[in-house]
Amino acid sequence: MVLIMTIRRALGALLLLSAPLAAQDTTRGVRIGLTYDPGSKPGVVVLPGKGAGADSVRAIVQRDLDFGDRISVIVLDADALNAASRAALPSWTVLAKLGAAAAVQVTPTSTGLHLAVYDVVKQTTVLIRDYVAPPISQMRGWRAVVHGLSDDLEESLTGTRGIARTRVLFARANRLWAVDSDGELLVPVAEMGTPLSAAWHPSGTEITYSTLIPSQIVVKNLQSGSARTVAGGSGVFISPIFTPDGSSVVYGHGVDDGVDLYIAPVTGGGGRQLSVGRGSDNVSPSFSPDGRRIAFMSGRAGHPEIYTMDADGTNVDLLTPLEFGENAHRAAPDWSPDGGSVAFHSKIGATFQIMTISLRDRGLKQLTSDGRNEDASWAPDGRHLTFTSNRSGTKQLWVLDANTGRARQLTHGAGEARNPAWSPRLSSN
Amino acid sequence: MTRHNVAVLLAVGLSAATLGACRKKPEPAPEPTVVAVADNGASQRRADSLAAESARRRADSLATARDASTGGTDAQRVQTVLRQTLSQVVYFDYDKDQLRDDARVALDGKAAILVANPAVTLVITGHTDEQGTAEYNLALGQRRAAQVKRYLVSKGVQDGRLSAQSLGDSQPAVQGTDEASYQQNRRAEFEASNASGALARPRS
Repeated sequence: MVLIMTIRRALGALLLLSAPLAAQDTTRGVRIGLTYDPGSKPGVVVLPGKGAGADSVRAIVQRDLDFGDRISVIVLDADALNAASRAALPSWTVLAKLGAAAAVQVTPTSTGLHLAVYDVVKQTTVLIRDYVAPPISQMRGWRAVVHGLSDDLEESLTGTRGIARTRVLFARANRLWAVDSDGELLVPVAEMGTPLSAAWHPSGTEITYSTLIPSQIVVKNLQSGSARTVAGGSGVFISPIFTPDGSSVVYGHGVDDGVDLYIAPVTGGGGRQLSVGRGSDNVSPSFSPDGRRIAFMSGRAGHPEIYTMDADGTNVDLLTPLEFGENAHRAAPDWSPDGGSVAFHSKIGATFQIMTISLRDRGLKQLTSDGRNEDASWAPDGRHLTFTSNRSGTKQLWVLDANTGRARQLTHGAGEARNPAWSPRLSSN
Repeated sequence: MTRHNVAVLLAVGLSAATLGACRKKPEPAPEPTVVAVADNGASQRRADSLAAESARRRADSLATARDASTGGTDAQRVQTVLRQTLSQVVYFDYDKDQLRDDARVALDGKAAILVANPAVTLVITGHTDEQGTAEYNLALGQRRAAQVKRYLVSKGVQDGRLSAQSLGDSQPAVQGTDEASYQQNRRAEFEASNASGALARPRS
């Protein structure tokens, strides 16, 4: 929570602004026309609510909004908290002085949660919404509703939907795990056969992953827990992803002559070869959002670089600028949800860093420099990425805001975390 | 079988593991050939070769010690040497699947035994160090195993008796994040099956 604006800073910022302008409502989605400086993030106070679980909801919502990086969460000090909890309605003057453009209050009800949003400048209620939620004791379902509320809030306040109600899959200690976007509710999702790399079905209800022993591609339903093998046999089967329509998986497979990309229907029935690597390694596919192109890693030039090809395997293009020499190593591409760029990691000096390359002008951007950073996966907002980093000592998952460079550690457990995959926005858990 | 294969087998296996009866000190293992290329990788490759060589020598001396402690007949010792030659690990350079000279020497020994024992099958498992992604390393391990298999086939072993698989970086031989550890982990391992038990010696 390092970047959460303190009251003092918020007041300072308020003094610097000569006259707050009305931010233009130019983005899509349901949006409240808040009044705040267009060059800044709107300040939002999450007011204390009343009733059992109100403090938990407030803590989760505050954190979700903060992690979204589009809102300045203004944290009330003890005095302000007391004053706010005594008053029936928030004091507009106090809130305005704190630099708040909006105030939010979430109150637990008998059936779920009641959300109220206040416009501080117009001094009026701008949004009332009720959410059906299971009791707080049913942690998973209850938290999912709270995260969904946070995403609604972010969308109505900024015009862009949040990513709080998402999960991240990753491998650790010969198991696959899923963790909520805020780092809570870590659960194992697969352990048979040493699962390695995983990807989400567009619906968010199924995953596909490879296992090592035996080497195969598995599709598993997270709700029912049922799993089935869609490809397997001799040689290696690795790095599966779903096609954007969810009907097939694309994966790497090879026996004695390199590894190529194959496509197989999720119902089974055999794979068809897509890439023609002629003995080189071709792994780690990632679809463009429109499903027409696939980015992948290939060693066909003698060392790993990122290529793109049509979904049927034709029209192969080298995407990353070819570097000569044995040291060049670009791998693990992930196509951004807006389609505009591909994230990957590149060997820089003796270590690896996360970079992006623009599809439009092939402009390169280095996003990390602290420690060894690998295996980036975009969040569905196209702004945040998760990746592995050893900057805190052991290899853990981190989340980066590509716009500001702000980073937070997502996992903390023992053992190396690897191969993260960020889910799409989830509507059910 | 070629004369060359037998000579190599004797140089690698029999001399190093000391056939007890002749009480001869093991001959020093041949220095690995270092290709004098003026790039930054040359010294690294040399270090890699030396590390692999020292690991092999250590394994050989352990085997010798084991033999000495368990006693056994000459025939048993020959079996031990043949088995060790089949299972001897071969090592690779960073991010490479090409066979180094030390690996070719080791594989020539295996090929001679396999040719002399047509019932024996061999599972080749490629491994990598932890550098790079798990996916890439799985593919690299497969390439290493496949390269070994191709070489053995080129030396006369039937394709169907050899299977290549990869465990990527999932099963390091040693833990550690230094280059010496990485070198120990960039390897191919071998598991021989033999239904009938005793192995025939390669004929000269």
